[in-house]
Amino acid sequence: MDRRQFLTLSPESRQTVKATTTGARTDSGTNAYTGAFDTAQVVHLLKRTMFGATPADIAWAKGLGMDAAVEALITTTSTIATSPLNTYGDDVTGIAPGATWVNSTPPPVATDDLDLDKMRRPTYQAWWVSIMLSQGRSIQEKMMLFWANHFSIETDKVLDARLVYRYNNMLRANALGNFKTLVKEVTLAPAMLIYLNGNLNGKEAADENYGRELQELFTVGKGPDSHYTEDDVRAAARVLTGFRVDPVTMTSYFETTQHDITNKEFSDFYLNKKVSGKTGPDGATELDDLLAIIFSSNEVAKHIVRKIYRFFVYYLIDDAVEANVITPLAAIFVANNYDITPVLRALFKSEHFYDPLNMACLIKSPVDFTIGMCREFGVQFPSAYMDAYTAWDTMRDTMKNMLQDIGQPPLVAGWDAYYQEPQYHELWINTDTLPKRNMLSDMLISNGGFANLKIDVLTFADKLSDPSNPVTLVNDSLDLMYRIEVSDATRAFLKNTLLLSGQNPDSDYYWTDAWNTYKANPGDAASRQIVESRLQSLYKYLMDLSEYQLA
Amino acid sequence: MKRRDFLKYTAPATVLPTFINGFAVKAFGSSSSLLAALEASATDNDHVLVMIQLAGGNDGLNMVVPLDIYGKYQAARPNIAIAEGKVLPLVNNIKTGLHPALKGIQELYDDGKVCIVQSVGYPSPDYSHFRATDIWLTGSDQNQVLTTGWAGRYLSTEYPDFPDNYPNDKDTDPLAIQIGSIVSPAFNGTNANMGIAITSATDFYNLIDGVQDPVPNTHAGLELEYIRTIARQTNKFADSIKAAASKVTSQSPYPDNGLAEQLKIVARLIAGGLKTRLYMVSLGYFDTHASQTQGGDNTTGYHAELLGRLSTSIKAFMDDLTNLKVSRRVAGMTFSEFGRRTKSNGSMGTDHGAAAPMILFGDYVLQGVLGASPTIPDATSVNDNMPMQYDFRSVYASLLEQWFCVDNTTLQTILLKDYQRLPIISGIACGTITAIDDVNNGSTHLITNYPNPFVDTTTLKYKSKGGHTMIQIFDTMGRLIGVPVNKVLAVGEYTTSFDARQLATGTYYARLQNGPYQQVRTMLKVK
Repeated sequence: MDRRQFLTLSPESRQTVKATTTGARTDSGTNAYTGAFDTAQVVHLLKRTMFGATPADIAWAKGLGMDAAVEALITTTSTIATSPLNTYGDDVTGIAPGATWVNSTPPPVATDDLDLDKMRRPTYQAWWVSIMLSQGRSIQEKMMLFWANHFSIETDKVLDARLVYRYNNMLRANALGNFKTLVKEVTLAPAMLIYLNGNLNGKEAADENYGRELQELFTVGKGPDSHYTEDDVRAAARVLTGFRVDPVTMTSYFETTQHDITNKEFSDFYLNKKVSGKTGPDGATELDDLLAIIFSSNEVAKHIVRKIYRFFVYYLIDDAVEANVITPLAAIFVANNYDITPVLRALFKSEHFYDPLNMACLIKSPVDFTIGMCREFGVQFPSAYMDAYTAWDTMRDTMKNMLQDIGQPPLVAGWDAYYQEPQYHELWINTDTLPKRNMLSDMLISNGGFANLKIDVLTFADKLSDPSNPVTLVNDSLDLMYRIEVSDATRAFLKNTLLLSGQNPDSDYYWTDAWNTYKANPGDAASRQIVESRLQSLYKYLMDLSEYQLA
Repeated sequence: MKRRDFLKYTAPATVLPTFINGFAVKAFGSSSSLLAALEASATDNDHVLVMIQLAGGNDGLNMVVPLDIYGKYQAARPNIAIAEGKVLPLVNNIKTGLHPALKGIQELYDDGKVCIVQSVGYPSPDYSHFRATDIWLTGSDQNQVLTTGWAGRYLSTEYPDFPDNYPNDKDTDPLAIQIGSIVSPAFNGTNANMGIAITSATDFYNLIDGVQDPVPNTHAGLELEYIRTIARQTNKFADSIKAAASKVTSQSPYPDNGLAEQLKIVARLIAGGLKTRLYMVSLGYFDTHASQTQGGDNTTGYHAELLGRLSTSIKAFMDDLTNLKVSRRVAGMTFSEFGRRTKSNGSMGTDHGAAAPMILFGDYVLQGVLGASPTIPDATSVNDNMPMQYDFRSVYASLLEQWFCVDNTTLQTILLKDYQRLPIISGIACGTITAIDDVNNGSTHLITNYPNPFVDTTTLKYKSKGGHTMIQIFDTMGRLIGVPVNKVLAVGEYTTSFDARQLATGTYYARLQNGPYQQVRTMLKVK
């Protein structure tokens, strides 16, 4: 069946249809890329690994060359100096306005009159937005989003933002570390214990929730060769009995009396391995035994590598990609004891990654669209904390309306655009969300701006190589904003219709004069408006076109 | 009609079809705005205004030729002047004729459907294409920067809550349509751009994206096609435009040019019942610095070709509207960011100038030529420009008042000042039939000065028919030198002194404006 036809089918038939590959395909694999590292490749690398690429980011990566740029991107990490603040006023745990609540005493149980956590949650989300906006030249924040989707928790189900905040920091600290360590940390994280009922899992009647997701979502997955059984789910759940959360210290601990001390046997998918039941505090170490069994399966590496591929390259994995990319990357993952950076290094330095067929095909997630736009255009956020939180929260709300509420994924599987066959990323774009994307860019670029935020087109254009030349200005802008090739006819249209306002196409000097007049006297409102309004119309037009949705 | 204190809002400078995609976002509108929109029902009439932008600066002096001062005209631009015998005459008007390419306009004039307003401009004109265009589209003063368009401000008074909850059950159609790829800044309203851009009446694909490249056969092409498909489905006005277009299955013939194609779409949408009030179409390349006429025959050349397209397109449009039985709903106007210099240059062209005539057309348009032939000195210099007789915002004000039936208070809100109104549209249009003054006959012997020529000061002697009376002094570049009189007067004769000691020697123009009347007096300061 044609893939387009699929779009018009009923939801029932939609679930069973598998995407078929299109005419174009690639056999490129993980061999080291040795080709040019020009603007097209640089922007490709940066837009995939960061939220947007600024002119300064591009100059930086070009200066380094491909190898050094990738190294810097995958090895640079930073710790976060800020933490979410009390912007909501009264706090029964005694946190003053403007102070951080992350170390407060446990919030009281919510009542009709009091729901402290409900007031804290938006400030946590806004804080996270601010971290992404101020990201460094590193893949760290995008990997953070990747893991936050992979190890999804819903902030309003955990009901203690302090624990969610700690979970966030834990993911970030391990984002470029060791995946096995990360899985163990996630398993023991108080927020996850609450979210998937691990804290209720006891020997009398094991709660299978986490034991199931640990395998189905977090590690071996449900790939074609992943055949763990329901008995394996139950066995894992029994291994995980006894972990509890201390709300005062905000840590988890092992409650020996709740632990199932019997032996846990696994299916032939796990080669009939066994976790021997242990008594006393040693019971907690059964988790290491369980992870050793799970990680002995090659499905873990393949599942994670496939997910990384879909997140950073493209969602379609055909036989060629499976053989030439997924399999070798999974081997690297295993060979490096599940360290994450070797996989990223091999991927982002591969022929496959820089294959033209894999460029421009990733539909921006709402976070990528929104944060990327703000970063690329250097949108200035307020510095006073109340104003800043309001602005960050507005951006959070905007992304929520586009279907990606940061910190609040729809369910434990994460956002369906990252996993739902056959449409994947296309699910971000529909007749409701596409207008909202256009609306956001329209409003940010308008004179009034949006929520005290505004795209300053003059500052942006000034960073380009020669803004006084309308041809160069259009070309530079397209290089930065679009990943898909634009024809000469369209370039001419953009220059003539938008920058020259329909004057004769050979009268480029009208734009040059206008720009130079503005630069000579930036304070003059009329000459400023002449160039500003035309740049606004140019960038607005570019952002409203479908091409802008692709990274 | 409801007025709103909309100036308190910061106006967005949206130039593109913002609101095509805007209204779906509930988060940005208050829950009551739908109700408010319904309550604020717009003025009930079905009148349509079609604006034809002549981009580049149209040479008004070769478009509307002053037969009564033909000698001065011919002397000012001997290399490009239209031969007197070739100028098309107008019925009952011996002073004014048209460029020979304007045969269709002449016919419409003789049919009583055209009004020509002479020397339309504004004080202290700007000679930059960009800035002058912005001034015309926003309706600003020369030294004022506005981010809303004049037509957008009009629509904002009619539909104050736009774009929230538009379209709705009552307002199903776009408020303004630009035929082309981007929406004119003229439609910038207080909250959003009120217009949408369409390049074709039937292929709605292009209504959103205008110029589009085909998708490549790659993963990226596949995703691009997907997003474009969604974008096509997103335009909420698609259905109403398509429905209107589909109702018109046959149209009269049009000439083969871009403007005609645009007007053909407009006629189709109007006849199809679209309630859209404002349309903007455009014709470019009027920037005729060189070769505006062809050596040997000044009735041919670049400018003649452009005017020919303009004339044949408007004529075909009007004929089509008449056959489709909707011509009474339509008024049209031409405008350009500026006229061109009185004196021609050495390369068979003209440089950027100031005031120029506007052509208004429609069944209800009052036949006539408003204003006198432009003032041309006996010996023109390169700096000579035609002094303005009418402010372009007076034309806007007259159309809003007489065609869209806007009351005076709202008019001042839209245009930000109280501009002189001219008799352009028949009083039948808004059901306010009043005796129509003969503006031109009333506009003579109103102002004189003595001594003239003068050395230091001269006395202006002027008549007021009562009411607001204003005298503006301009130099030959159109710069506003002073406003010695600007007050409400009783009927009578008055004098005022004009002190020119600080000014250079040369020609100055004293423009008297009193109600619908105006007259320009040429004064000469000598050593």
